[in-house]
Amino acid sequence: MTSRGLVLQRRVLVLSGAVLVLFLALPLMALLLSTSFTDFRDGLQHPLVRPALRLSLLTTLCSVVLVVLFGTPLSWTLSQARGRWARTVETLVQLPIVLPPAVAGVALLFAFGRRGVFAGWFYPEGHSVTFTTAAVVIAEVFVSAPFFVQAATSAFRRIDPELLIVARSFGATPWRVFLRVALPLAAPGVVAGAAMSWARALGEFGATLMFAGNLQGETQTLPLAIYAALESDLRAAQALSVLLMLVAFTLLLVVRGALRRATEAHEVTS
Amino acid sequence: MIFRRFLPPCFLLALSLGCAGPERGAPADTRLVVLAASSLREAFTAIADDFKHEHPNVTVSFNFAGSQELSTQLEHGAVADVLASADMRQMKRAVASRRAVAPRIFAHNELAIVLSRQGVVPVRSLADLPNLDRIVLGAPEVPVGRYTSQVLAKASARFGEDFRSRVEAKVVSRELNVRQVLAKVTLGEAQAGLAYRTDAVTVGDRVAVVTIPADLNVLAEYPIAVIADAPHPDAARAFADWVLSPRGQRALLEAGFTPANSAGVP
Repeated sequence: MTSRGLVLQRRVLVLSGAVLVLFLALPLMALLLSTSFTDFRDGLQHPLVRPALRLSLLTTLCSVVLVVLFGTPLSWTLSQARGRWARTVETLVQLPIVLPPAVAGVALLFAFGRRGVFAGWFYPEGHSVTFTTAAVVIAEVFVSAPFFVQAATSAFRRIDPELLIVARSFGATPWRVFLRVALPLAAPGVVAGAAMSWARALGEFGATLMFAGNLQGETQTLPLAIYAALESDLRAAQALSVLLMLVAFTLLLVVRGALRRATEAHEVTS
Repeated sequence: MIFRRFLPPCFLLALSLGCAGPERGAPADTRLVVLAASSLREAFTAIADDFKHEHPNVTVSFNFAGSQELSTQLEHGAVADVLASADMRQMKRAVASRRAVAPRIFAHNELAIVLSRQGVVPVRSLADLPNLDRIVLGAPEVPVGRYTSQVLAKASARFGEDFRSRVEAKVVSRELNVRQVLAKVTLGEAQAGLAYRTDAVTVGDRVAVVTIPADLNVLAEYPIAVIADAPHPDAARAFADWVLSPRGQRALLEAGFTPANSAGVP
């Protein structure tokens, strides 16, 4: 192949990639460009903003901690297991991704609601988690955990099995293999999965509205506040959306930067 | 020139309807696009079936959405023939942006109390609401929430200054549309809510409905208008007239609306 042919091939690849970047960036750019700085500043003064932002940060922090705490052992187990059961479980935990969020909300109501299938076990006293901040966290965990499990499981699978065998042959306990060998090696993928899952929880709307309702300071997260503002004051909705994008962009950028530094440091030491 | 005027709306229409292009001057199969408020779904579907009998060459395609979304779509150039809104404010927006012309009120709606079937606390009127523990209302930003606020203001004048705050102390959620209010009550998560009477009719026996007397209630006005640059202005006018005709008004009555044109409605 001539060098000109190689250059052409590379250009075709870059160009077709650029089409998608443009498609994804245009609506976001349009949103930014159609929100002037004064709109943005005035929008942030809107009474819906502060409680919603606080609640969104609090609940997504809780949900990402829960997802990582329970998701990491699950992902590790799934990555090591072979056989039909493991495959079934892995498929099962991916299913919430396909559910339309409002349906996910109804499903959560059927499971954890006051008249739910298991209400007799969960709430013998007749109380219920619905309409509370805890319900927001439940909805966020339900929709965002699959993204984490998927990323973390493939990160654990990429570890060279020889390393694990060596660690075990030196007498390391399963705990030690997991904490000192597998986790550090899979860390970039695990952190990326956590970031992905956090972003999904931050944008969560449908299941929250259905399962937790919409009450300022209690269950009204940023996406719900944006929807409410959309009905009354388009500029406030735009300002809130820009704010949501900026918060997500900054945090994801920080995570990616930290990740890169960590992997570079890791490569230097090994 | 023509392309610049024609392409953007065509693109929007294709986006909103799947893949239909506008058919000009083809009376053989006119496709009338009606933008209608979500609460009109049942009534307008029945009206369109009836309309089709008299106008076999017209196919009515509906785009049901919130009144606010419909006005936003029109402002951004959506191609349509008729707008039927659940909110006079949103209709005025469409008129102000020169998309809707000469709106006429075709129906009224009002609020009613919807009660969960598993209720243990009896509710016979608005005055009993503070005895409950879990009430859902519409959010203040959406039309149903604005009407709810008006009803609570009137009720406070009747039942005492603190009535509104006693009710609001029991509110567990302010839903972003009226169907969410109904869903929460139907599923028994909330004991009661305030919804449009027409929406309460659609869920049938799964909730109990308590009427709010007229002097405490609101009168939600539903306006209809032909779109300024409608692709099929004649068919659009015929459809709007049909909605206001005795047959159209009867269909609205059956769906729980109060007809605006009561002459000729049995």
